[in-house]
Amino acid sequence: MSLLSQKFKFLRKKNVSPSGHQITEDGGREWENFYRDRWSYDKVVRTTHGVNCTGSCSWNIYVKNGVVAWENQATDYPETPDDMPDYEPRGCPRGATFSWYLYSPLRVKYPYVRGELAELWREAKKNAKNPIEAWKSIVEDPEKAKKYKSARGMGGFVRSTWDEATEITAASLLYTAKTYGPDRNAGFSVIPAMSMLSYAAGARFLNLMGGTPLSFYDWYADLPPSSPQVWGEQTDTPESGDWYNAGYIMTWGSNVPLTRTPDAHFLTEVRYKGTKVVSVSPDYAESTTSSDAWLNVKAGTDAALAMAMGHVILKEYYIDKETPYFKEYAKEFTDMPFLVRVEDINGTVQPGRFLNAKDLGRQEDGSDFQMVLIDDTTNEIVVPNGTMGDRHTNPEKWNLRLENRDTGAKIDPRLSVFDQREGVTVVKLPYFGDEEHEGVIERAIPTITVQTVDGPVKVTTVYDLILANYGIDRGIGGEVATSYTDDTPYTPTWQEKITGVKADIAIATAREFADNAEKTKGRSMIIMGGGINHWYHADIIYRTILNLIMFCGTEGVNGGGWAHYVGQEKLRPIEGWGGIMTANDWSKAPRLQNSTSWFYFATEQYRSDCIDLADRVSKLAKPRYRHPGDYNVLAARLGWLPSYPTFNKGSQELINDARAAGAGTEAEINQYVAQALKNKELQFCVEDPAAKENHPRNLFVWRANLIGSSSKGHEYFLKHLLGTKNAVLEDDDAATRPEEIKWREADGAGKLDLLIDIDFRMASTGLYSDIVFPAATWYEKEDLSSTDMHPYVHVFQAAVDCAWETKSDWDTFRTLAETVSRVAKESGFTEYEDIVALPLGHDSPGEVAQPEGKVLDWSKGECEPIPGKTMPNLVHVKRDYSQIFEKYIALGPNIENKMGAHGLAWDVSDEYQTLYAQNGTIDNPEFISHGRPSIYECKEACNAVLTLSSCTNGKLAVRSWKAMEEKTGLSDLEKNAKGREQEKITFDDMVRQPRFIISSVTSTGKNDKNRRYSPFTTSTEDKVPFRTVTGRQSFYCDHEMMRDYGEAMALYKPVLSYKPVQGDYKQEGIPEITLKYLTPHNKWATHSMYFDSQQMLTLFRGGQTIWLNEDDAAEIGVKDNDWVEAFNKNGVVAARAVVSPRIPRGISYMHHAQDRHINVPGTQVKKDRRGGTHNAPTHIYMKPTHMIGGYGQLSYGFNYYGPTGNQRDMTIVARKLKEVDWLED
Amino acid sequence: MKIKAQVSMVLNLDKCLGCHTCSITCKNTWTNREGAEYMYFNNVETRPGVGYPRNWEDQEKWKGGWTLDNSGKLALSTGSKTNRLMKLFFHPEQPELKDYFEPWTYDYETLIHGGRKNNQPVARPRSLVTKQKMEVTWGPNWDDDLAGGQHARSDVNLTKMGQDIVFDYEEVFMRYLPRLCNHCLNPACVAACPSGAIYKRDEDGVVLVSQDVCRGWRHCVPSCPYKKIFYNWETNKAEKCVFCYPRLENGLPQICAETCVGRMRYVGVVFYDMDKVEEMAATKNEQDIYENTVELILDPHDPEVIKAAREEGISEAWIKAAQKSPVYKLVKEWGVALPLHPEYRTLPMVWYVPPLSPILQRVTSDVYLPDAHEMRVPVQYLANLFTAGNTEILARTLQRVLDMREYMRRRETGDGPIDHNVDLTEDQMYGMYKLLALSKYNDRFVIPSDVKVSREGRLEMQQNRGFACPTGGCQ
Repeated sequence: MSLLSQKFKFLRKKNVSPSGHQITEDGGREWENFYRDRWSYDKVVRTTHGVNCTGSCSWNIYVKNGVVAWENQATDYPETPDDMPDYEPRGCPRGATFSWYLYSPLRVKYPYVRGELAELWREAKKNAKNPIEAWKSIVEDPEKAKKYKSARGMGGFVRSTWDEATEITAASLLYTAKTYGPDRNAGFSVIPAMSMLSYAAGARFLNLMGGTPLSFYDWYADLPPSSPQVWGEQTDTPESGDWYNAGYIMTWGSNVPLTRTPDAHFLTEVRYKGTKVVSVSPDYAESTTSSDAWLNVKAGTDAALAMAMGHVILKEYYIDKETPYFKEYAKEFTDMPFLVRVEDINGTVQPGRFLNAKDLGRQEDGSDFQMVLIDDTTNEIVVPNGTMGDRHTNPEKWNLRLENRDTGAKIDPRLSVFDQREGVTVVKLPYFGDEEHEGVIERAIPTITVQTVDGPVKVTTVYDLILANYGIDRGIGGEVATSYTDDTPYTPTWQEKITGVKADIAIATAREFADNAEKTKGRSMIIMGGGINHWYHADIIYRTILNLIMFCGTEGVNGGGWAHYVGQEKLRPIEGWGGIMTANDWSKAPRLQNSTSWFYFATEQYRSDCIDLADRVSKLAKPRYRHPGDYNVLAARLGWLPSYPTFNKGSQELINDARAAGAGTEAEINQYVAQALKNKELQFCVEDPAAKENHPRNLFVWRANLIGSSSKGHEYFLKHLLGTKNAVLEDDDAATRPEEIKWREADGAGKLDLLIDIDFRMASTGLYSDIVFPAATWYEKEDLSSTDMHPYVHVFQAAVDCAWETKSDWDTFRTLAETVSRVAKESGFTEYEDIVALPLGHDSPGEVAQPEGKVLDWSKGECEPIPGKTMPNLVHVKRDYSQIFEKYIALGPNIENKMGAHGLAWDVSDEYQTLYAQNGTIDNPEFISHGRPSIYECKEACNAVLTLSSCTNGKLAVRSWKAMEEKTGLSDLEKNAKGREQEKITFDDMVRQPRFIISSVTSTGKNDKNRRYSPFTTSTEDKVPFRTVTGRQSFYCDHEMMRDYGEAMALYKPVLSYKPVQGDYKQEGIPEITLKYLTPHNKWATHSMYFDSQQMLTLFRGGQTIWLNEDDAAEIGVKDNDWVEAFNKNGVVAARAVVSPRIPRGISYMHHAQDRHINVPGTQVKKDRRGGTHNAPTHIYMKPTHMIGGYGQLSYGFNYYGPTGNQRDMTIVARKLKEVDWLED
Repeated sequence: MKIKAQVSMVLNLDKCLGCHTCSITCKNTWTNREGAEYMYFNNVETRPGVGYPRNWEDQEKWKGGWTLDNSGKLALSTGSKTNRLMKLFFHPEQPELKDYFEPWTYDYETLIHGGRKNNQPVARPRSLVTKQKMEVTWGPNWDDDLAGGQHARSDVNLTKMGQDIVFDYEEVFMRYLPRLCNHCLNPACVAACPSGAIYKRDEDGVVLVSQDVCRGWRHCVPSCPYKKIFYNWETNKAEKCVFCYPRLENGLPQICAETCVGRMRYVGVVFYDMDKVEEMAATKNEQDIYENTVELILDPHDPEVIKAAREEGISEAWIKAAQKSPVYKLVKEWGVALPLHPEYRTLPMVWYVPPLSPILQRVTSDVYLPDAHEMRVPVQYLANLFTAGNTEILARTLQRVLDMREYMRRRETGDGPIDHNVDLTEDQMYGMYKLLALSKYNDRFVIPSDVKVSREGRLEMQQNRGFACPTGGCQ
């Protein structure tokens, strides 16, 4: 038919019914193949996304003609029981866009080197006799160094080769090790579970080198320190399916649909079982839309609301009536019955530390960690089973059976001394809620007197202290509440003026929560998230909420307890992975550094720290120091925190000095080191962090976007660490000068010699790096994935081969290892004697090194420096840099017999043996790894991890429970894994389908096909102790510093509030407003990942945005989509305004990790500077209590305890951006 | 009675997370190509809000759907045939690109290859249409989560309410509305097409634009009241949601349905009486159209219906699927799913379970679980979306879901039976619980793969599998 007749077909009468049922005559329906062809594909490959979101979703990748075409979610997870929803489909819109990155113009396809550096290197290589010398000629020449460092971030990359780029890197690493010490080489990568072997690759390489892997969980403030404080566990949390078991749920600061998109359905679905869902959130969030009630608490005041709810629950469920379920739970599983000394401290009567067996005259090992309680049946003070005093010395007593540990007799812990009280003592308790109380409240407590080695001492129980603190009226006086309408701390009426939540709503919600818990035996749950976690006082906010959880007996109960979902991404096969990641198979003592401290000093943020601890400490105490950095020096000295680089001399130099002074053995060398420190002949680097010999030199970033996403105090990174253009507005203005840190003038030279990025996309870290290696995407490599959100392990697989010159992380670090080994040989620098200073670790005897929570500083003569006791352990390691490659590619000998976790170990020798056949062995007879199982290929490493881990190898799972039986004197723990003894999950199994993990002691709970994982169920059901000083869940943290800062018990502390700027930055005619600056997760990105994806940017506003309340915006004349700048002393962001009624007045939302490489103009407050990332206005604020170590659960573990990189207590000045300058010259 | 089978979808808005996964997976599957960049066959809107394209519900402006003429007969709102013929080359009701949005990308290359600068390089937006640098001022989801509060205020469902909606922080509310082609029983687009390029497939009711026949007149674009037909500026042809027929034909649910992370989409077959479509769509009172549509849907267990279906050539597999259809249960048995804007008279075959919302602030401390009128999203607002303004039907629908929750709560805690009247039986409430809460994959999606189009010449199809003769061969 001609085109003309087609056109006028409209005129030809056709048989069209209004319903439109008709089939075209022309061409029939063959055209329908048009869309059928579009849908067709050649293969489907299972893989996942390695993004830090905790999703761990299995995806199907559709490949057509050798090109990845699209992806959608796998729906074939092993099924859950019939009476609950399944885990399918798991995924989110962000992940669904990933295929775009593979072929996008953002892809890093080749190795790149900064132009200036490439030129210098190519020149230096011509004259130098080896690569190390070539490198020296560049970095030791201030002019040359400045030339390339000051160009960081300004574009101008040149293409390089793998040979050249790895050689520059190797030369710098080796030069640094030789000249300053290997602990000056560091690496940052985020949460491992999302791509375990990619993480392990870099960490293994660094650990073989003696370098310093940096932590992540604490650094991005996702670690809730309250968890170790309360439970002695990093974080443990129910799988999302367990929400479906709950009878009542509060989502508190957690925006489930946005940040837990794949799991959110369990929350909407459980409502249909009649479960009420309450949203506690300052804004009308996505999670609020599908809730039954909204408690619109003012940002950061959550602790006040929780304290008031606690007040209601204690009064109505403990005092007005007895709730048997709650009471029995409290006696058995919490520290409520334990006795606390009430004594004169600093001139006031206040609760002190726990009473222990040593106080009562016992002298044996561990007696100072044997906390005591009163047995109600005998009326005697007894040491129960399960305290930390027995953990390392008397395993058969380390369990939660209600027994007298000395006689084995049954006991009934007494909650209160009220009925037996010998008196009422009025104590002073710290209080931070308002000005008028001047920091102190007076409360009355019942006490009895006990005879101790120090004479008679008044004691009370933790329970009695809690009631007093919450202001519950027991008829014994003190400042208590007679009714809920009293405006007394911590009543519902008191909280209303702080939180804005109506008192009657707080009361009703508390009642409903407790009532449901009583009815359902603990199935009340609180899902907690980043909204309340990223504050300076997040730990104390959390503890007020965790108290509700424990008051109602909900923890360790399926469908109950806390469900904490902030970056907690459980790495299931932890032991096998840990062996490879730490390189413990070849060399002991990895340097696992807490990032917050590291970046605080490396980026010189102590120079601009607003915090004066005199303002933060309890009015009942004096701070040891006023500058937070000083506490960190103390923590390094006392072995509380790791501190790398450690000493102001390299280890080899130190050992040479020791030998010259006559030291021979390792012990003698250690003695020499301790004395040299005491005599101040040797210094910790943190005492002089700006000195040339003391700062880090090389930093790897892989699987992460440090600069664009997690650089708290971003502009200080650019200024001090990198030495390039930055927008710091005010520096060197610390509130107080540190006492323990040498203050030098800043030279702005840029501490790092190399910033090395390994990524598949060009984001900010790449832009500011000196070398960028092209990485494989998640559709081009093999790896493993797991999460706390679901009970499966599953795989990454290559859907297509690595495109262009990209490599997987495993292959990248293997290539680097090969180059390092070659350059070491060529340059004649191979052997190195290293001393690693290790902190006193949790789950090791180090946790009982410093009893009674007393701080004794050897540098002040309060004790002697004794490695492993009053200062860090010193461990000697011999390295050979020519062997890095040989070791990297094979499983070493140190793990061929035993492996384990959490202070337990079990036999793995037979399973290690199976790897010889499974993976093959290294056949080069020259190699030190000759004949060892190969992990040359990443898939081999995956199988090694699966074989050596108890949650993927049933035989080992059973052994792990056996080991726990031996450690606790409990029997019949094996049952938890028994049925699955024959299972051994392999990589290829998971190619077919994700696999259910096997219960093992590496987690605190258990699960099987018909049972959802819930943490601490091994404690509540099997009587395995909590890893705390009392062995129970802690309401009371008695360490001296916790008491100094008023945090022995949970309470309310207001957020920090500093003036955004000191100087005058006003612009004529441009109105300004000061707002709280909050950085919640972004709906259109997962951290900075996906933020730059064209599809995600299209689905919202096309770049950085800042959300403002409508009235606030009107006040500064800002309309929706206007350009706005927001700044404070730390830096400035430029973003489009989003104006909305769902945001309360006084706060702004600049969503987290919006990166600065997309659509960001220059700013006005700092001309000639581009607006920064969301972190530009932030600053590291360290909390001293997070640095405590050597004391029970308050002991260091990597990503487990340490200061958090919180960033929420910020204010900014917001105003319309007068001119938009794109700075494109 | 003339029975037709229709593949139909239900979206339970109460479980919608507003995550937009459906939009992305749909886009990747169908429209991430030149000329189609601005198309979202499936999009998600925040409500209140103006949607995509902007204010699509304003039929005063767009003249979409059907009206009744003076004699009470159905007529396209865009006007008579003559009228439309007049507009063949000029459509005043045609949405423009700015009503959707101008698609853009970024100068990503500059980050790696832009050379050394005095400042950090940055990737700026560039139009995918003009290829010029551009400012981003509107997008397909611009007012997500009540961004730009003024947009929420101009939602026609709100302005129609004739009462003051306080739009401040204390009273604020929002929910999400995912939208796709409704594959209507009485599609206006089909009737409006001058080329006869649009048809409703006989076997499954999927409405398609033949890419062979379409001549790009674009009459379908304004006439679809849901604005779910798009004009491809590269091919000059109309395109629309194809209900993923290449997947349906193989028994797979639509991409948007399968990838829905909220697990809120249900797909199944319903039978309806084609002979009655016109009459039902032409009902005088627009508030009756919803119930008429439900009436059109026939009981697949009724022997008469089964017989008539067989006579119509509907296979046993389809009859069985209709009997197990989750859509039938939600729409007809329990009456908890409603059509979007039934007053447009197109009889949409995509249905929505209206959403619950938080308890009103003033009664939060008194109410454990609310009733239909104690929630934040006003019943009238939802009624304007789903029942042509009938609040009674809307409240009844919400109450059924609330009753189910209370029934289940009492089952869990052993608190005894519900103490008010409920209009579903315990079995119905439990069945509803299973489908809405447990939502197992095979219960959400019941799709027969035995499709008419593939019945003919199966052997040939098996052997050819799309093989076409090379040019000059196969005489």
